[in-house]
Amino acid sequence: MFDIHALWAGKPFDLHALWNGSQPKIRGGVHPEPRKEATADRPIDTAFPLPPMLYLALQQHVGKPAEPVVNVGDRVLKGQLLAVSQGMVSAPIHAPTSGTITDIMDYPSAHPSALPTPTLLLEPDGEERWIDLPEKADPFSLSPEEISIRVGAAGIVGLGGAAFPSAVKLNLGRRTKIQTLLINGGECEPYLTCDDRLMRERARAIVDGILIMLHGLGCRQAIVGIEDNKLEAYTNMHAAAAELSDGKVEVVAVPSFYPMGWDKQLIGYLTAKEVPADGRATDVGVLMHNVGTAYAVQQAIRHGKPLISRIVTVSGGAVGAPRNIDAPLGTPLASLLAHCDYRPEETVRYIMGGPMMGEALPHPNVPLVKGACGILALTQEEISATDAKSCIRCSRCVTACPVGLLPLEMMARIRAGQLESSLKFGLKDCISCGSCSYVCPSEIPLVHYFKYANGELLTRDQANHKAEQTKRLADEKLARLERQKQEAAAAAAQRKAAAKKPKITEAAA
Amino acid sequence: MYIIFAAISLAVLGLALGFLLGAASRYFKVEENPLIDEIEKMMPGSQCGQCAYPGCRPAAEALVAGEAPPTLCPPGGKALAERLANKLSIELDLSTMGDQVPMVARIDESLCIGCARCIKLCPTDALVGAPKMIHAVVADACIACAKCVEVCPTECLKMHPVKVNLRLWRWPKPEETALAGA
Repeated sequence: MFDIHALWAGKPFDLHALWNGSQPKIRGGVHPEPRKEATADRPIDTAFPLPPMLYLALQQHVGKPAEPVVNVGDRVLKGQLLAVSQGMVSAPIHAPTSGTITDIMDYPSAHPSALPTPTLLLEPDGEERWIDLPEKADPFSLSPEEISIRVGAAGIVGLGGAAFPSAVKLNLGRRTKIQTLLINGGECEPYLTCDDRLMRERARAIVDGILIMLHGLGCRQAIVGIEDNKLEAYTNMHAAAAELSDGKVEVVAVPSFYPMGWDKQLIGYLTAKEVPADGRATDVGVLMHNVGTAYAVQQAIRHGKPLISRIVTVSGGAVGAPRNIDAPLGTPLASLLAHCDYRPEETVRYIMGGPMMGEALPHPNVPLVKGACGILALTQEEISATDAKSCIRCSRCVTACPVGLLPLEMMARIRAGQLESSLKFGLKDCISCGSCSYVCPSEIPLVHYFKYANGELLTRDQANHKAEQTKRLADEKLARLERQKQEAAAAAAQRKAAAKKPKITEAAA
Repeated sequence: MYIIFAAISLAVLGLALGFLLGAASRYFKVEENPLIDEIEKMMPGSQCGQCAYPGCRPAAEALVAGEAPPTLCPPGGKALAERLANKLSIELDLSTMGDQVPMVARIDESLCIGCARCIKLCPTDALVGAPKMIHAVVADACIACAKCVEVCPTECLKMHPVKVNLRLWRWPKPEETALAGA
């Protein structure tokens, strides 16, 4: 396939590679303005003052919400377990600092609806007293199973934004005996630089984390994919890998475009394997983790520290001093923004995550969650606010779609209410990357249509399920009434027989 | 002796009448549209009566006769309406169903006297409790047929809209602007 992104980056066109098919496979993609310069060259701010209250949502991950194990009024230490995971796919929550649990209540969530969700309120006492950390042991003397157990107990989830529990992924990778561990250092979203800064400043810890994960997976090879616009991160990671990994960890530069950080795209580029539409990365012998997750794993296994803080990019046109902050989980986004001198009066949109895939928030008074890689306060100039116009069938969205779908056709069907028919065009394969909406000259909110359709289809599935359940319950009720009738009849017969008996005995007497 | 005559004559009578009934059911059978059976199977089967027909079978009959729209069944919702319209190959107008808010019954525990009348009526056994005990609603099983509301002597049972939480929240349909015509 013709690599248009190489031409974009000004590289010579490799006709030979095109001829013999060794050109890595890339489909779709767009080139949004990176806008990373505001934060990329500033070191991570580790001196963020503790806010007066931390709001720890019980659901910060994919799966079941965690169940609190502390009561209101309890004094807790930094790193103490506050809520335990429930079921197979879930993650526990730990205290980001020492203090008092003042309430367990419904608090606005970091979600486009900002609907209230069960949340633990922790009032910091400012002492930052740690729990007794476990004695340091050599991670490579632990069994692979023990590694995933500890990763799960530390509450680590995918820090690239998906927030899927990492231990579940490690277990899956170990069971399916994957050949390659891919580490995603793509960070293709505009504005975001938290992975970039982490790789520049803590490359050795990341490589250590990767080696621990390799041990936990029983796998021998790891490839770190870093976009070629992050030269310093690439250099530092390359040096750390050469020094620590004994050739097990390879660092590869990948072309910069959006969505290079989408797992199937990066897998296709780095291993030339295509993940099937309804399959997982493990189906082609690959597992992918984010660099931030690798760092969190290193912290958990080497130092016994659970996931209680994360590095988050605070940026956008309305932010006076944009930077990356190492912030405790549960910090209100408003205090992070205030720490970076933002101007609320200029902000027209708050976004959690990146501008392409992130979620717009109605207000910033929601807490920082594990999966939030960025907080953006955008001004009017930075967002498009014109009304959608008619589709002119230019098919730019088709060229841009990294999955190879026909966004315009799906959108037309959803608008006409034919949701079933949009499924045939691959609605379920849409990754909501936003490339189609970005290139659309008519500014049609294509991804919004797809999200609406997916939600509506989910509602209908649930309604179907409920209808089946209702049928079952109604049938069971009828069966029960019938049974009761029979039992009553049987009991009446018995009574009758019992009433008769004495007479017979009398007669016999 | 008499008892044997009685038994034999009753047995013969029974056999003869049974044979007559069997023959009648075969020869005087009323041909019914098999589609009605199929439609009835698709319906929730709780005989709740929210469609204004006495039960699911009369509703199915009305549907097949074309007297009722496929959107008639509130517990089935849009999903059932779509399947019914597909089955009957008729046009589906979901606009009448759009603004219905899902409801659920709830008991005001300070008013419940434990009369157990609602329990007997509930088609899906969504009400639990015993006489002279406060009852409760199993929200997952409630189909919002509101039969219990009518029978409750203290008006402690009321229908409430289902509270939207993160699991139930969905993206709304994008607003159509005047420009996005074609």
